[in-house]
Amino acid sequence: MPRPFTPKVVTANALLEGDVIYLTTQGHWTRNHNEADLIEDPATAEIRLLEAQALAHEAVGPYLADATPGKDGPEPIHFREAFRTRGPSNYVHGKQEP
Amino acid sequence: MYAYSDFDRDFLAERNAQFRAQVERRIDGALTEDEFKPLRLMNGLYLQLHAYMLRVAIPYGTLSGGQMRQLAMIADRWDKGYGHFTTRQNIQYNWPALRDVPDMLDALGEVGMHAIQTSGNTIRNVTADHFAGAAAEEVADPRPVAELIRQWSTDHPEFQFLPRKFKVAVTGSAQDRAVTAAHDIGLRLVLRDSQLGATVLVGGGLGRTPMIGKVLTDFVALPDLLPYLEAVVAVYNLLGRRDNKYKARIKITVHENGIDEIRRLVDAEFVPRRAAFNGADMALYTKIAADFAAPDFITGTGDFAAHYADDPIFRSFIDTNVAPHRHPDYAILTVSLKAHGATPGDASSDQMRLLAELAETYAHDELRISHEQNVILPHLPKRHLRTVFDALSDAGLGTANIGLASDIIACPGMDYCALATARSIPVAQEIAVRFEELKLEHEVGPLKIKISGCINACGHHHVGHIGILGLDRAGVENYQITLGGDGGPDAVIGERAGPGFAYDEVVDAIERLVRAYLDIRENAQETFLDTYKRTGAAPFKAALYPETASPRTNQQADKAHAA
Ligand code: HEM
Ligand code: SF4
Repeated sequence: MPRPFTPKVVTANALLEGDVIYLTTQGHWTRNHNEADLIEDPATAEIRLLEAQALAHEAVGPYLADATPGKDGPEPIHFREAFRTRGPSNYVHGKQEP
Repeated sequence: MYAYSDFDRDFLAERNAQFRAQVERRIDGALTEDEFKPLRLMNGLYLQLHAYMLRVAIPYGTLSGGQMRQLAMIADRWDKGYGHFTTRQNIQYNWPALRDVPDMLDALGEVGMHAIQTSGNTIRNVTADHFAGAAAEEVADPRPVAELIRQWSTDHPEFQFLPRKFKVAVTGSAQDRAVTAAHDIGLRLVLRDSQLGATVLVGGGLGRTPMIGKVLTDFVALPDLLPYLEAVVAVYNLLGRRDNKYKARIKITVHENGIDEIRRLVDAEFVPRRAAFNGADMALYTKIAADFAAPDFITGTGDFAAHYADDPIFRSFIDTNVAPHRHPDYAILTVSLKAHGATPGDASSDQMRLLAELAETYAHDELRISHEQNVILPHLPKRHLRTVFDALSDAGLGTANIGLASDIIACPGMDYCALATARSIPVAQEIAVRFEELKLEHEVGPLKIKISGCINACGHHHVGHIGILGLDRAGVENYQITLGGDGGPDAVIGERAGPGFAYDEVVDAIERLVRAYLDIRENAQETFLDTYKRTGAAPFKAALYPETASPRTNQQADKAHAA
């Protein structure tokens, strides 16, 4: 039996600012994880990753990260991805900045 | 003060202009990331978790007040008003925007600084003791030797394609503050029959296969040093493994061939190499040494003794943060960047400006950055200690904790670093706050806690008396503790204590270790490390993993409760 597919989001860092971005269903980048396109199957994930790689003038190092549906949109699974949605824990910098 | 002569302003300006054009070409799409990445890394620009990071070199950790002021200006203008001093004697800016980096580099160039990273499998920048030229017990200032080696190795045609990168550290003191035993080559300057020379260690390193360097020779006289080093690097160049990146460092070469075989090969190689040197290197050494000459010391200590006698807070600060200077009327003052709860190694722009001003006004315009992530006024007249202490205290820089439990080395870990497997900064912050609350650290005395956020060991955890390594265990942060490591003259790699701890268990675990030490030490003079050496790991392991409540059983118990 094939292992169940863990849904993915495409994420990268923005070329100019270096901050964390996610690919939306429309093929734009968003700063919010919960606005990302949650991809439910491996074939689509590969296609969307290629699309992101073609946006090399906007994004650096796109990759697929595990995610899960939440009440306001996709949520990260791994703690590294959770930190990337916020910023560092020693200062209120990054995305958590008011 | 010595200034790098080959990175002169014209050269830096030209390099920066080149990089400015490369950034433009990346932004307009002419360069791909694959093409751009090596260019930005060469210029010290990394992409981390949340942003770019610019890493600026501080050769020999030595800075003038004017340079520190410029670092503060850069932090305010293009970053978030602070900088992070690292264990590699660099400063890192954590939030630059790509377009601003060329301007930052130009601003650095104005004060003779740069972010150029030596890269590739060559001899990398040579490091030296941060108390160089100031320490009372020093045999000789290691920086002229380090600089001689740097000039000899830069562009050395034979050594541009070594099996792997190669790092050299030099100490001029028996106390070895440069962690020489954890370098590919470590040099310890010694006098023999009043001739200056070096004990040569080879094959040390941290990272995924930590090893302590072994003594290759007790003594090489200074005029023989470069040919001897050339022989060592030549032997490594031929013998070092090129088939596997993880086995390519000289520590593996030494491990696989044995130190005796390496010594035999080096001794044979030395003879023709020595004959090829004509003494020009010694003329260069004399010239470099003059550039590193000490300032003109002033005599007298003013009312230092009275302040020391009258004010217990001042006295505690002096006893903890001051080291003996070679001149009796001077002090080496280490300013702690480890206020309890602060991020180890971070300084705000205001703090940087204050340090600059204090150095310019009172301390011969010299500052140092230590690999322990603190700032040093290496030549501070004792008569000014009181004034300097008051100014530092007002700016939140008066913490008296050098060498104590809260003077923790921590790498950036998963709060910044893209390679991290766990966080290290908040662990350091919480340990420091815990010891402050317990008011225990002065009673505990010398204790080095070092934390890395992954196996690369940038936080030197292997040589911490207590080392903490953050790992990712099945998607959860987990912290492995090592005990008994030592980065000093008798360097030792710490031993793993046992199973790791969850993020919210690790501070308690450290407290248990320290309390166990207080219980079993023979007297207040026996340090944590001495006690560990006397008793071995057993009592410490017992404190970490009490039978009734081992972390495993706790977790199982929790699960049982939840079920
Ligand atoms: C973007 C951030 C960083 C990256 C990507 C990085 C990467 C690495 C890597 C890959 C190694 C292992 C090299 C080897 O063993 O061959 C290493 C080692 C090391 N790094 Fe970092 N590092 C970073 C930040 C830092 C910082 C901030 C410090 C100082 C606080 C530091 C200090 C060190 C030290 C002391 C070693 C061990 C040296 C050795 O055994 O050769 N690094 N780093
Ligand atoms: S030890 Fe790992 S986590 Fe820490 S700075 Fe080095 S590479 Fe990053």
